[in-house]
Amino acid sequence: MTLVELLSDYTIQNVVAGAALLGLVSGVLGSFAVLRQQSLLGDTMSHAALPGVCLGFIIAGTREIGSILLGALATGALAALVMLLLTRMSRLKTDAGLGITLSVFFAIGVVLLTHIQGMNNASQGGLDAFLFGQAAATLRSDLWIMGGITAVALLLVAALWKEFKLVSFDPEFATSLGLPVAWLEVLLTVMVALAVVVGLQMVGVVLMAAMIIAPAVAARQWSRCLEDMVLLAALIGVAGGVFGALISALSRGLATGPLIILSVSSVVLVSMTLAPERGFLWEAVRRVRARRRLRYQQVLTTLYRLAVHHADPDYRSEQGMLDTYHGQRTRAVLRQLMRRGLVEGRDTPSDEPGPPRRWVLTPAGIDEAERVLESLGRENA
Amino acid sequence: MLAALLDNVALQIMLVGALVGIASTLVGTFLVLRGTSMLSDAIGHSIVFGIVIVWLLTHQQSGPVQILGAALAGVLTVFLTELLVSTRRVKKDAAIGLVFPVLFSIGVLLINLYARDVHIDTHTVLLGEIGFVWLDTVTLGDYRVPRSLLSMGAMTLLNAAFVVLFFKELKLATFDEALARALGLAPGVLFYGLLLLTSGTAVAAFDAVGAVLFVAFVIVPPSTAYLLTDRLWLMFLYGIAVSIASSVSGYALAVAWDVSIGGMMAVMTGVFLMLAFLAGPRYGLVAQLLRRRGQRRHNEIRTLAVHLYNHEGGPEQGEENVIRALREHLRWDAAKAGRVVQRSSDRRLIVREGEALRLTPQGREMAREILDPSGRSAA
Repeated sequence: MTLVELLSDYTIQNVVAGAALLGLVSGVLGSFAVLRQQSLLGDTMSHAALPGVCLGFIIAGTREIGSILLGALATGALAALVMLLLTRMSRLKTDAGLGITLSVFFAIGVVLLTHIQGMNNASQGGLDAFLFGQAAATLRSDLWIMGGITAVALLLVAALWKEFKLVSFDPEFATSLGLPVAWLEVLLTVMVALAVVVGLQMVGVVLMAAMIIAPAVAARQWSRCLEDMVLLAALIGVAGGVFGALISALSRGLATGPLIILSVSSVVLVSMTLAPERGFLWEAVRRVRARRRLRYQQVLTTLYRLAVHHADPDYRSEQGMLDTYHGQRTRAVLRQLMRRGLVEGRDTPSDEPGPPRRWVLTPAGIDEAERVLESLGRENA
Repeated sequence: MLAALLDNVALQIMLVGALVGIASTLVGTFLVLRGTSMLSDAIGHSIVFGIVIVWLLTHQQSGPVQILGAALAGVLTVFLTELLVSTRRVKKDAAIGLVFPVLFSIGVLLINLYARDVHIDTHTVLLGEIGFVWLDTVTLGDYRVPRSLLSMGAMTLLNAAFVVLFFKELKLATFDEALARALGLAPGVLFYGLLLLTSGTAVAAFDAVGAVLFVAFVIVPPSTAYLLTDRLWLMFLYGIAVSIASSVSGYALAVAWDVSIGGMMAVMTGVFLMLAFLAGPRYGLVAQLLRRRGQRRHNEIRTLAVHLYNHEGGPEQGEENVIRALREHLRWDAAKAGRVVQRSSDRRLIVREGEALRLTPQGREMAREILDPSGRSAA
């Protein structure tokens, strides 16, 4: 199948569009969740969407996407509120609150799921696809609903951009400005449920957590301001979603959710390693460079001190003594210093004992050593 | 008795459920106290990866080696999470949420690819089949014992032994990690041991309750106990009691309503938690409200006593120490003033003489005590 054929396939068009919508909404909302250290709330809310899916089905009596998503939205948001209630009104900590809500809501979902299966309703088929998502079953009508939810979420973010930004970074300052911080925080929290709802069809309830977190973490590596981060997270979400969904659509039998999660997570891995400034690779390079510079400075100042102590600017230091003093071989460092014209090797006069060559500071080396020592002295002062 | 147990399917299922709960409570108590209970969520998901890998390598799903192998996947999750956190690029919660979905995804895809026809299909992964534990048995002497019963029993004993042997060390590492480290107890190693046992329990419980419901058994009973007591050993006791009660009641309800047994057991742990949250003796919501109300009433009585004491014997006594004055001077409405006066006279702190209110000797003593707690001016 060529790419053009692929993209003109009706099912694949739906899958790609759905995955793109999911990536968009979860990238944008996930950025706020990760910055506000509520990453795992997405996990709790997505597991808690399961009973809502079942309730929506029971009430509608059929696999009707509208009522199912509404149910998921309701129980997802309810779980977030229960979690807040548990942690605010008792001595339970946040992690316990999240875990309790996640597992008990999911258990209710499992009970309802088996209840529905016991009803022998012919239209129940595919309900447990919401566990892992089933992108191939996406219909055009589903897309309209998912698109609508995404649009609502994006409009809210755009309209309240300044407020959300302030609440995420400095809630105390936001309070002092008279913003309704509590309401804005509840709104931001509940909006994660919107992303969860869009993700139900695509990745399912179990893996939504990563869809909220991964694009935001990857984007954070490359960006220094919220605007860049949110845009980039949306982009990464869309790209990862589309890529994973395409692979899933091509290879029948591979679950969509895991493929989308793996492709987004690979972006995280690459970003963590390669991103300028924050990437591991560059950090390692910086560390090696810093260590090397420190070694040069150490050897240079040792030579300088020896010269000062012997009151002889042309004091000739022995290689072996320098090695002993630093506890490691300094030959490579001295070579490098010589190349930069800071030290030079001088032959030992034949009437003196010891090795044939010794090291002497050049005038440039003396200047450099004094500069280094002065800057150290300033720091100590 | 053993034969009777092995003939009774219902009893076996309840026993397996209770053992899952007890074994999880033993390790979960420390996770909850340390504030790291979401690690059990991560472990529960990522052992799927371990189980699939072990199955692909050995084509065996149960047995001590398999449990240990799969459990290592749980420890791997924790290790990777801590590695991510140590880079300081992400916070701990985000790191947890990044690592386990990846391992879980790989596990699910491997099932899709290679293990289509074994019984670890994606459905079981999440939900477990506790209702069918009696189908999978091993012959032990003259008896055919359910495999789950055997592995859960072994895990429970192992966890209990760990907790009993290292009780002092675990307690210290949980409540004062710095001191534990200073005393050379290696809290980090201890913690990894705990997580290895958590993972092992997850693997053993996997067939019965699946990856997600396992989380309920680890977190909810200890949290329930945490709402009921301050003593560590009592936390274990309450947690175990909640596990057993959830297993029995969950089974009964599941059979009555014809729904998932494991799911119903997990729901019941939530019900018990809700009960403790609402009606716990000390930290429960009702107890908190009652205590706050009692405090408020007590303060009102004290306010009234001081008010009367201040104006006692003065020229304004006639117009201050009457019910009407409370409305203007203490800003109490008539109903409230009436209630406070009623309660105060019930306690024999004041007496009513027509409109006037007068302190009894006890009431005067109380007001004096409030205004001058050290009794200095009396001396």
